[in-house]
Amino acid sequence: MESGNIAWVLISSALVLFMTPGLAFFYGGMDRNRNVLNMLMMNFYCVLIIPILWVAVGYSLSQTPFDNDFIGGFDSFFLKDITVAGDGMSLAVVAFLGMFAAITPALISGAVADRMKFSAWAIFVPVWSLLVYVPVFKWVYGGWLADRGSIDFAGGTAIHVNAGIAALAAVMVLGKRKSAPTPPHSMPLVMIGTGILWFGWFGFNAGSALAANGAAAQAFMNTFLAAAAAGLAWILIEWLRDGHPTNLGAASGIVSGLVAITPAAGYVSGASPIFIGLIAGVICCYAVRLKHKFGYDDALDVVGVHFVGGLVGSLLIGFFANPSFFDGAFMEGIFYGGGAKLLLEQAIANGAAIVWSFVLTYGIMVALKKTIGVRVSEESEAGGLDLAEHGETAYHGAQ
Amino acid sequence: MKLITAIVKPFKLDDVKDALKAAGVQGITVSEVRGFGRQGGHSETYRGAEYKIDFVPKVRLELVVDDSSVDAVVAAIKASANTGKIGDGKIWVASVDRLVRIRTGEEGPDAI
Repeated sequence: MESGNIAWVLISSALVLFMTPGLAFFYGGMDRNRNVLNMLMMNFYCVLIIPILWVAVGYSLSQTPFDNDFIGGFDSFFLKDITVAGDGMSLAVVAFLGMFAAITPALISGAVADRMKFSAWAIFVPVWSLLVYVPVFKWVYGGWLADRGSIDFAGGTAIHVNAGIAALAAVMVLGKRKSAPTPPHSMPLVMIGTGILWFGWFGFNAGSALAANGAAAQAFMNTFLAAAAAGLAWILIEWLRDGHPTNLGAASGIVSGLVAITPAAGYVSGASPIFIGLIAGVICCYAVRLKHKFGYDDALDVVGVHFVGGLVGSLLIGFFANPSFFDGAFMEGIFYGGGAKLLLEQAIANGAAIVWSFVLTYGIMVALKKTIGVRVSEESEAGGLDLAEHGETAYHGAQ
Repeated sequence: MKLITAIVKPFKLDDVKDALKAAGVQGITVSEVRGFGRQGGHSETYRGAEYKIDFVPKVRLELVVDDSSVDAVVAAIKASANTGKIGDGKIWVASVDRLVRIRTGEEGPDAI
């Protein structure tokens, strides 16, 4: 049994790693053709810096038991005391969680597209990871929010709400792009990225059972169903409202369903993932239009998909959580006779993550703006970040 | 000698090529271009936001012909590129002062 568990966690770790390039293609295809390499690099940079940061201090500060409910300890810096004794599971879990740490700041890249200085991003990512991701992760998994009774199976609050609200704070400091938004430069690239994300998300959600067991199988099934339902909901709305079902609508719906089922994956069963997917698909399909109303320039809709989708999924746990199915030690949702207690705790957990992430992210961005600056020059923005920031172009002669 | 330039719908290119070959034309040069005329552009919708695409894809054909073939060539393009719908394109004819075949150095109508 131990060998089955560790095999599944190791495979899931590789699946989650694959999500970051998937996200890069998802965002890169939506971006304009002169900035696509900058978008890919913002994502790939996260899998360069975060694994090292995670092993050095991140894991220890977010996981190691320490005498409080807010932050971990120093005992596992550089994997100290993590051994391969027994089945080696503790080491596999460090790697698995490291993949989550890497993709979380990468989610923010879609919001700041087309104008953020790469040097500012290079500093933002590790600083944000330590000051925002690590403490919120600790609160949700073994800290005060978990103690109160809120639940988050694979990172709805700790990852998607956290990164999604950070994206909003980041673009509020960064400001709008100089030129008008453009349509996606490569829809096929978006669809490839979506496929990779969905594939990797099975590791993200089912792997979060940290065992090859029934909860993993149910999380797997939920990941399958919620994404399909949300993608279907999104294209149906487009078809009725705009006249055409679009590829970008299908991709956006799939991702919003995956985001929404993430916190609930190991807590809901039966038809619940279909309802969660449908609800998330409908809400996110309208939420991506809010930026036009409120005037913040979230370039590729990180807020509308990840923040809103994560929040919807996390709150819906308060309705759909079914502990008897999993023989689990968590509260029942409203539909299973649990009353509103779990819903309230979910709201408190997300509220805490939102406030912490928004305030700290805003502060980090302001500090960067006042020191090294956060925006590329107007000339670089007009000519493209690929050439200005990285000295290369995706398509020779691209405009 | 005349330079005949035609802007046609991309999907009509094969029909135009076949018609020109049938009319005895020896060679054409083709480029993919974008532009707008009375057809205007079209709009695309992404995540519920509408984007106006002003420049639509077209194909430009260029060929140099002897004065005596101009009417036949223009007629061939006109017939083969016509769909009867807006956006079918245009044909224009201009005089050519000098023509050289690079390989042999032949000039004038001999180089066509």
